[in-house]
Amino acid sequence: MSINKEGNGYTMTFAIIMVVVVGGLLAYIASTLKPIQQANVKNEKMQNILQAIGLEETNGVSRDEAGKIFNDYITKRIILDYDGNIVSELTNEDEIKGSAKKLIDEKDAFNLDVRKYYNTLTGLMKKHPEGGADYEAALKEAGISYPLFIAENEGEKYYITYFSGKGLWDDIWGYASFKEDGTTINGTVFDHKGETPGLGSKITEDLFQNQFIGKIITDENSGEYKPIKVEKPGGEYNSHQVAGLSGATFTAVGVDEMMNRSLEVYNKYFSSLRTASLEPIESPLNDSTSVMDSVQVVVDSTMLAIK
Amino acid sequence: MSETKEPLFSKQNKKLISDPLNLNNPVTIQVLGICSALAVTVQMDNAIVMSIAVLFVLVMGNLIVSLMRNLIPSKIKIIVQLVIVAALVIIVDQVLKAFVYDVSKSLSVFVGLIITNCIIMGRLEAFALGNKPWASILDGVGNGLGYGLILVVVAFFKELFGSGKLLGFEIFGNSVEQTGLYAIGYEDNGLMLLPPSSLILVALYIWIQKKRTPSLIDEH
Repeated sequence: MSINKEGNGYTMTFAIIMVVVVGGLLAYIASTLKPIQQANVKNEKMQNILQAIGLEETNGVSRDEAGKIFNDYITKRIILDYDGNIVSELTNEDEIKGSAKKLIDEKDAFNLDVRKYYNTLTGLMKKHPEGGADYEAALKEAGISYPLFIAENEGEKYYITYFSGKGLWDDIWGYASFKEDGTTINGTVFDHKGETPGLGSKITEDLFQNQFIGKIITDENSGEYKPIKVEKPGGEYNSHQVAGLSGATFTAVGVDEMMNRSLEVYNKYFSSLRTASLEPIESPLNDSTSVMDSVQVVVDSTMLAIK
Repeated sequence: MSETKEPLFSKQNKKLISDPLNLNNPVTIQVLGICSALAVTVQMDNAIVMSIAVLFVLVMGNLIVSLMRNLIPSKIKIIVQLVIVAALVIIVDQVLKAFVYDVSKSLSVFVGLIITNCIIMGRLEAFALGNKPWASILDGVGNGLGYGLILVVVAFFKELFGSGKLLGFEIFGNSVEQTGLYAIGYEDNGLMLLPPSSLILVALYIWIQKKRTPSLIDEH
């Protein structure tokens, strides 16, 4: 045979054939496995949300199970803006379409890419280090959104919030669920991308997560927002404090920061719920004028109807 | 005249598997692949999966290169080896992400780093390029197992003394609830969770290994 194996022609042909074959093979495998991989990520998110509720029924749910029972527990998926107003609302009748990478449905809280907003946020924080009105205006303009999930179980309602930030090495994120009063934490789930195994990675363990159960985010007396602080381990903790992880200070600081930056916004929504439910009972005298006005309208229209 | 075919498991072939387990261990004697031995050994289950992944890439890589050894142009042989290893590692990564998602999460970047594992490129270049397929498969198996042996031994000690567990099962009691040994004041060794402890353990392994087989000690 007279193919010159050392010749340039042979080398080039070999290289081209190899690249085409390998490229085609890898593309085929990647596209075939993609749906399974995406399902894994989606189910994991559902698993995290369900575990965060803090119910015994969902505490140890497996990833596959979570995918099946998600809509049984999570009845509403809401997106809030920076002022705590509802921007979009979906129920468990609405299917969760697409994935975070392919935002088919931008209104679905499930697919909200909060980490993308975190980058926008840190950019704005650098521009306005003092905070203030400019900062608030910029935040609103950027349209930073917050996903909120409402779970119902045995007549009780739970609100599941989401936050994301940076640990020592890379992203960290988590969910915290609140009881119907919008201030008591019922469960938390944390996760991370690359914290140190055995140190920062311990935020995913029950020993860290369970501490938050029962803590509150409003001041007992004034009802104003009061952040939860992650303190040094080994002390006494009141209803607004939890223990950090020894040897993982930065990860704990990251948790503290992301929770409070986000919970402050969620609290705006919760307090609006509280005022809405309290209004008729709380201030009958103050609102008597508006009440009288509406009564007048009713009387008028009844009179009109009779005529 | 045709050569007599060497039996599949002749003495020479058996040595291909047994040598890398001890006398020619890729990590402790050839001193290759130290990087992952440091990083992936915090827990035994990660070490086991990593070893299986490396074994797969090594065996398949050796086989493919050996089958193609007469076709690969010598000018680009390193590149070709690299392409084959990279393709195999990507396949392993995709399969892990699809079918054993939790494991792929804890291994994260280290699966991709298998491409840089010197053992693989080392064996492809030193053995597969010049040997027949069956021998290359055996060499791959032997070196993969030798690598896995070290990883599992190091991970055994690191998980046991770093977290008090083996394969996730509590051995010394529950450190959160302070039961078992923890009740009398025993505490997990934090250094065992970090890379430097792997270096120390591998060094101890080499020391014991060379003491048992003096022929391995380099003459100065």
